[in-house]
Amino acid sequence: MISLTRPEPTDRNEVILDVRNLRVHFPTPDGLVKAVDGISFQIRRGETIGVVGESGSGKSVSFLTVMGLVSSREAHIEGEIIFKGRDLLKLPQEETRHLRGKEMGMVFQDPMTSLHPMYRIGTQIAEAVLTHEHTSKKAAMKLAVEMLGRVGISKPEESARRYPHEFSGGMRQRAMIAMALILNPDLLIADEPTTALDVTVQAQILDLLDRLKADFNAAVAVITHDLGVVAEHCDRIQVMYAGRIVETGHSQVIYYRSRHPYTWGLLQSIPRLDAEEMHRLRPIEGLPPSLIFVPPGCAFHPRCPYVMDVCRTEVPELGPAHAFNASACHLPAEEKDRIFSQILAERG
Amino acid sequence: MGRYIIRRLLWVVLVVILVTFFTFVIFFVMPPVDPAILFAGRAPSERLIAQVRESLGLDKPFFVQYGLFLKHIFLGDQYGWPGFGMSFVTRSPIRENFLGRAFVTTQLAAGAAVIWLIMGISIGIISALKRGKWQDRLAMGFALFGVSAPVFWLGLMALYLFWEKLHWLPGTGYVPFGEDPSQWFLHFLLPWVVLALLFAAFYARMVRGSLLDSFGQDWIRTARAKGLPERKVVYKHGLRASLTPVVSMFGVDLGTLLGGAIITETVFNLPGLGTYVVRSVANGDIPVIMDVVVFGGMAVALMSLVADILYAFLDPRVRYT
Repeated sequence: MISLTRPEPTDRNEVILDVRNLRVHFPTPDGLVKAVDGISFQIRRGETIGVVGESGSGKSVSFLTVMGLVSSREAHIEGEIIFKGRDLLKLPQEETRHLRGKEMGMVFQDPMTSLHPMYRIGTQIAEAVLTHEHTSKKAAMKLAVEMLGRVGISKPEESARRYPHEFSGGMRQRAMIAMALILNPDLLIADEPTTALDVTVQAQILDLLDRLKADFNAAVAVITHDLGVVAEHCDRIQVMYAGRIVETGHSQVIYYRSRHPYTWGLLQSIPRLDAEEMHRLRPIEGLPPSLIFVPPGCAFHPRCPYVMDVCRTEVPELGPAHAFNASACHLPAEEKDRIFSQILAERG
Repeated sequence: MGRYIIRRLLWVVLVVILVTFFTFVIFFVMPPVDPAILFAGRAPSERLIAQVRESLGLDKPFFVQYGLFLKHIFLGDQYGWPGFGMSFVTRSPIRENFLGRAFVTTQLAAGAAVIWLIMGISIGIISALKRGKWQDRLAMGFALFGVSAPVFWLGLMALYLFWEKLHWLPGTGYVPFGEDPSQWFLHFLLPWVVLALLFAAFYARMVRGSLLDSFGQDWIRTARAKGLPERKVVYKHGLRASLTPVVSMFGVDLGTLLGGAIITETVFNLPGLGTYVVRSVANGDIPVIMDVVVFGGMAVALMSLVADILYAFLDPRVRYT
């Protein structure tokens, strides 16, 4: 019998996902799109990481690849994706399919379009159970109803019989979360789970994810372009730019001691209502680079206000900057600290 | 839903009244031949013509004639229900002949519909799944051929090949099922296929397009993300959404065909409504023309109503009130 709680005691610090030097390159008529260009990171059980970056920074593609939703037919995939000790890129397709929905679940950006418009909510959630477990439709549906209750949908029995268009955006996202978590996965990927929702609903969804992560003892990755969203919900943050990780560290450290000019830019573009006087938001100048013609050296150098000569030729390594933070930037550490404290002071 | 259906049925009646009215006006104002002269036989006297005109009711005012026509259609006449009236040309009641021909046309349309649905949907699926590969090119090449080849040419070529040259098929005409089922089938085979090809081509293109559209949807990604086998992603989730537009198109197409497949019936010498109406237009047999128009209009209106109701069952987002 399947149950919604994890019976066996587990190692709290177990590494669930270990991505090593992952590259995902899409051949297109215009050239090779280097969507993900050599990233490495780990996620442990019970941990939430926030993956932050502008559109096209490779944050979604890297996790779609983890899920096995980028096929090797459309992209060159290199590196290792070690999930609970097994390299997913070496497993046969049929095996990775059985991991999807069972051991890893994914919630997508737009709940308005992520559910099939012609099937009932309960049916769609129960389908995930029926795909992986030998159980009756009735039992699967019962589980779906129970799960709908757990994600905070009122009258779950009745709601399970409704169609997606009868749900609000927030309810649909809850249903998506129910679907992703119903088989108690070890990894939950939330790809911009709140971008399409009202601000008030955003907080509810993130709180729900927090609570469920604790209940299910899973590892969670929240992909977002909004640093503000992930601040209080993530243990660690990794910032991506042009297919690479440019800074990674504990959330508080990223907030109060960031060491990458791109992250500074992101922090400066968060609107603040509590500032004493209205200060102007500072958007990052320029546009994200084309992933076909990535600038040589540091990909961020054309937009970086602190650019040096070395930035134009040498790719900075993601080295440890201090104990809880690593950044890929050529600026000397003292210089970074000086500039960032200035920025903090400006922001008040 | 009930109220919606009733309202739509009233619309059907209105459509039929409008269609018959305009048809009536056209043939009343400018008939191809004067029916009374036609009916009166060779070299009739003025008196005879006047007599005939009176007995056919042609001397009555326009609106009275039209009213009588409607009354007979909906309430029946001395020959039964529905009242199809009497032919000006054969001078016999239309009803029996008409129903027999409508049955032939229905068999033709229904058989062709089965073929074109099967062909169109499966070709559409294959070419969507093999998008850009040779299977897709072949299928879309077929679709282009099917859309552009005229039915009369296709029909004649098929007859020449399978009847004249290969002697595989027994020829044209209609053999009732009750008389000889195998001959019935062999006589219908070519007309079914030829008529179906045109529609199959349209449906294949439509299914391909809407499947490809589905494959790009977020909910297909969701289906994959929950680990569904690819077969189910395509045939359950993808096809489910792609077939709803097929349903509404199918209703109208079938309805149109029920009013007579003029070219196919002519080429294959089938005594259906299509050949009937062609002959009647040439002869100025207004009652027959009117009957076919009413029948065709009803068929289109009713079939599209059925399609709309089906659509509401297939797509929960559509709710009629």
